[in-house]
Amino acid sequence: MGGEVEPPKAAPSRTELFLTYARIGLLGFGGVAPWARQVIVEEKRWLDDREYAALLGVGQVIPGANTVNSSVMIGDRFHGTAGALVAVLGIVGAPVLALIGIALLYDRIANLPGVGAAMAAGAAAAAGLVIGTAIKLARRIKPNAAAIAIGLAAFAAVGVLHLSMVWAILVLGPVSIATVWWQRR
Amino acid sequence: MSDLQQLATTFSWLSLLQFGGTNTVIPEMHRQAVDVFHWMDARTFANLFALAQLAPGPNLMIVSLVGWHVAGLAGLAVATVATVGPPCLMAFAASRLMKRAGQSKWLLIVKDGLVPVAIGMILASGAVMVESSNPDALGIAITVGATLFVAFTDFNLLWALGAAVGLGLLFR
Repeated sequence: MGGEVEPPKAAPSRTELFLTYARIGLLGFGGVAPWARQVIVEEKRWLDDREYAALLGVGQVIPGANTVNSSVMIGDRFHGTAGALVAVLGIVGAPVLALIGIALLYDRIANLPGVGAAMAAGAAAAAGLVIGTAIKLARRIKPNAAAIAIGLAAFAAVGVLHLSMVWAILVLGPVSIATVWWQRR
Repeated sequence: MSDLQQLATTFSWLSLLQFGGTNTVIPEMHRQAVDVFHWMDARTFANLFALAQLAPGPNLMIVSLVGWHVAGLAGLAVATVATVGPPCLMAFAASRLMKRAGQSKWLLIVKDGLVPVAIGMILASGAVMVESSNPDALGIAITVGATLFVAFTDFNLLWALGAAVGLGLLFR
């Protein structure tokens, strides 16, 4: 643990890229974002928290799941087009195969005693994993007051007031970029 | 239009609206699948959504299930690729633009500016997950515990998930 003090590992092979993203996809009960950060930053040390958050920032202004978008960028970074393809194939393809299996067994699974309780508890934990990952990323990046205010505004707009994410990004993205520019002038 | 063409066109334009992930377009997807194309009734859509929640993976699994329901494995493939493809092409273009821009001052400003927005959105999606699961006291305790576990330790997330499922089985 404590990934930030250890040196980064060598660039992954294509096979490792695929298998790692397949594992992230298959672990992602209730969402893949917490698993992607843990595996990429802490376990594999392909990127540090700051670099990873920067990719999430870019991925956020592109439609689609942020983790899938960042898998394309990380795959491209290590192995170009082929890397991007195997990363997406891993994070989407592996769960789709698992989904087919789950769908075929659904009637049997859904009626097992305890499945409902386990699912509800798992969903509650998954929400905590996502919230905790956001807090951890924020702690590691050590944002200044303006960045904290913008992050909280983004959270409040979408998470509390249920405003459209598109509008929140269109307003807060430029505001945040302008703030960074002004601070570095 | 054949079923596969309908799936391809519907999911590729929907994919361009899904800022923050597929969950943001579920209401529109429901409208298209149930009211516009009559691929299924509302109850079937709800069942597929519940099944997608049970499965691991990015939250676009509902799309694969709708495709499967409409046109079998070919439908699953077409709907999934139509949903993943356009955003991934945009991410690839962004990746190449960033490589070309290298360490330019402007790119760094844009990247650093977008980070707090992205983290705020992750936090928001967690809040929405809490709200939509409509938790009881045990659920809230599990969410708070998992949040603290992830935010302040570096242990594997599986511990939090496993402990939660154990608690759920014990106390419900």
